[in-house]
Amino acid sequence: MIDLIKELSAVQGPSGREEKIRELIISKLPDDVTYSVDNLGNLIVHKKGAKTPEKKLMMCAHMDEVGLIITYITDDGLLKFNEIGGIDPAVLVGRRVVLESGVKGVIALKHIHLTEKAEQEKLPKMTEMHIDIGAHTKEEAEKYVSLGSFATFDSDFVEFGDNSVKAKALDDRVGCALLLKLINSDLPVDVDFAFDTQEEVGAIGAYAAAFGIKPEVCVVVESTTAGDIDGVEGDKRACLLGEGAVVSYMDRGTVYDNELYRETMELAKNKGIKAQTKTLVAGGNDARSVKVTGEGARVIAVSVPTRYLHSPSCVMKKEDIKATLDLLEAFIENYA
Amino acid sequence: MDTVELLRKLTASCGVSGLENGAAAVAKELLSPYVDSVETDRRGNVVGTVSGAGPKILLDAHLDQVGFIVTSLSDRGFVKFDRCGGTDPRVMSALPVIIMGKEPVYGVISSVPPHLQSDDDEGKVKAAKDLAIDTGLSKEKLEELVSQGDRVCFVPQFDKLLGDEICSNSLDDRAGIAILIRTLEILKDKGVKPNLTVTFSVQEEVGGGAVNCAAFKADVDMAIAVDVSFARTPGCKEEEAGVIAKGPMIGTAPCLDHEMFEDLKRLAKDNDIPYQIEVMNRVTGTHADDITVVREGIRTGLVSLPLKFMHTPVEVIDTKDIEFCAKLIAAFVEEKVK
Repeated sequence: MIDLIKELSAVQGPSGREEKIRELIISKLPDDVTYSVDNLGNLIVHKKGAKTPEKKLMMCAHMDEVGLIITYITDDGLLKFNEIGGIDPAVLVGRRVVLESGVKGVIALKHIHLTEKAEQEKLPKMTEMHIDIGAHTKEEAEKYVSLGSFATFDSDFVEFGDNSVKAKALDDRVGCALLLKLINSDLPVDVDFAFDTQEEVGAIGAYAAAFGIKPEVCVVVESTTAGDIDGVEGDKRACLLGEGAVVSYMDRGTVYDNELYRETMELAKNKGIKAQTKTLVAGGNDARSVKVTGEGARVIAVSVPTRYLHSPSCVMKKEDIKATLDLLEAFIENYA
Repeated sequence: MDTVELLRKLTASCGVSGLENGAAAVAKELLSPYVDSVETDRRGNVVGTVSGAGPKILLDAHLDQVGFIVTSLSDRGFVKFDRCGGTDPRVMSALPVIIMGKEPVYGVISSVPPHLQSDDDEGKVKAAKDLAIDTGLSKEKLEELVSQGDRVCFVPQFDKLLGDEICSNSLDDRAGIAILIRTLEILKDKGVKPNLTVTFSVQEEVGGGAVNCAAFKADVDMAIAVDVSFARTPGCKEEEAGVIAKGPMIGTAPCLDHEMFEDLKRLAKDNDIPYQIEVMNRVTGTHADDITVVREGIRTGLVSLPLKFMHTPVEVIDTKDIEFCAKLIAAFVEEKVK
């Protein structure tokens, strides 16, 4: 499982450019499924289970990651960019990125010694930042980059601490890995899996995926922000690493199906699976699109708690990934 | 040795000010083929000596790099830290680091998620005190491996950018060490045997004054400090920075020896080495300032390599500048021998 997450997180695939990650996921599908790719690039996988449920079940995770889109090349060969998905400027300056062409670059910043005190305490606006790839002219840069092409964080997968992992794009390649794990096992009921596109820019792919599948119930498999950093106590932590799968009752995009939420928390308790809910209303995911598509679906989100989400260094605990898998398996079992 | 490989080796080890021993061992090994003797002095400087003809010349580059230092251990595997040296505070959020504890401990500096940031926080750089290193370790394990005062370095990463540009941590001033090793190689190839003391000195980034002790002991006639200086990056005014790949930045300042400045300029011209002039109106902020005031005073020159993004994990240099700087310093030494 960890090897799979490592492999999936390494692939470049910001919103709208999920080709490579989709190909990799397709290569990992077993022979006993049928799959298709829709107009928005969503990968839809139908997996037969021991029986067909009364109400169609969909499970989805998004393939795309946050990244950067190149908007301008200066005469000096520097690249201007904007964000694809929400990125804190604090995790951009002084970082390495990899362009679509594979060329590496650095997000420039003025020498700290040459900046005024006030400027030292302020981050430049993203529209004032540049990627430096070592080109000295526009022509030289244009050999390796074009407007509208993308860049992603240059960040390797590292296992550290007692049980932690760090990588880029764990949001939501961990969800993709969890779905692949389910797809490659024997399931008690039929499930339609969707690997969605463009979640980070407004949960766009999921509209089409849900319309195609027409589920009555949908489980969104995600990573969700954990604010349990040093010095933060109480509800502001949102959720905690090491406390298991996160089942949401509400976020900024969705009020989840109350019955499903309560049943799933109860299920975790009965099965002895570590689960928690969020202690504040924050974030949002593909559930916002799925629930309003077609005749609508009852939605629930099961997530892996993640620190430093949307940064080059997303951090998760392996035991939380395992708990999330256990809870998803129990959910399908219970659904049968 | 190929310059790229030399830089790769020199920047691979952690050497935050006051804990330079790892970097020192690598630099010492690379230096030894070119000197008659090499030792590590009382302060931790690596000092190589060549006994030959001409006046006694000191060539210095510093070993240490900027980083962080552990100030206390917190709960849930978090470690509080502060900057050690002038580390750029803007790069800290979500940055991977290595704590040089009983054994190296990998960690990620925290970043503050959006829901914990107020509108006032927008665009504000978080101070070290508002962040902590996430080690993912239990309190017991953390206490076993990490303690107050441990140095913390950037995770070493070495990348080639376009052309001859190299991106790595600690190029300030391992690139200076590479220049001096290359200088010695050029002199050796030419059969020039000068009277040299080469110091790879410690604690430059924290003003530790270690080079003073080495310069005192060496008792030289003149010195050249080799460091990095500001190459132009977006936002820099043309007059406040040099340009990468345009050769050594030859320093002039009240505290630097003017004759040596003129000699270096002349030698660059005579040998077709591209160069730039760096004008400072007081002191230089390099080891040149420290060497100048040793004993009865030491005439000191400053040769700097243009570098982008100083004191960040992504310092960038051009290897052509390494060669230009080495050629210039070798020419200076060779002329003194004659």
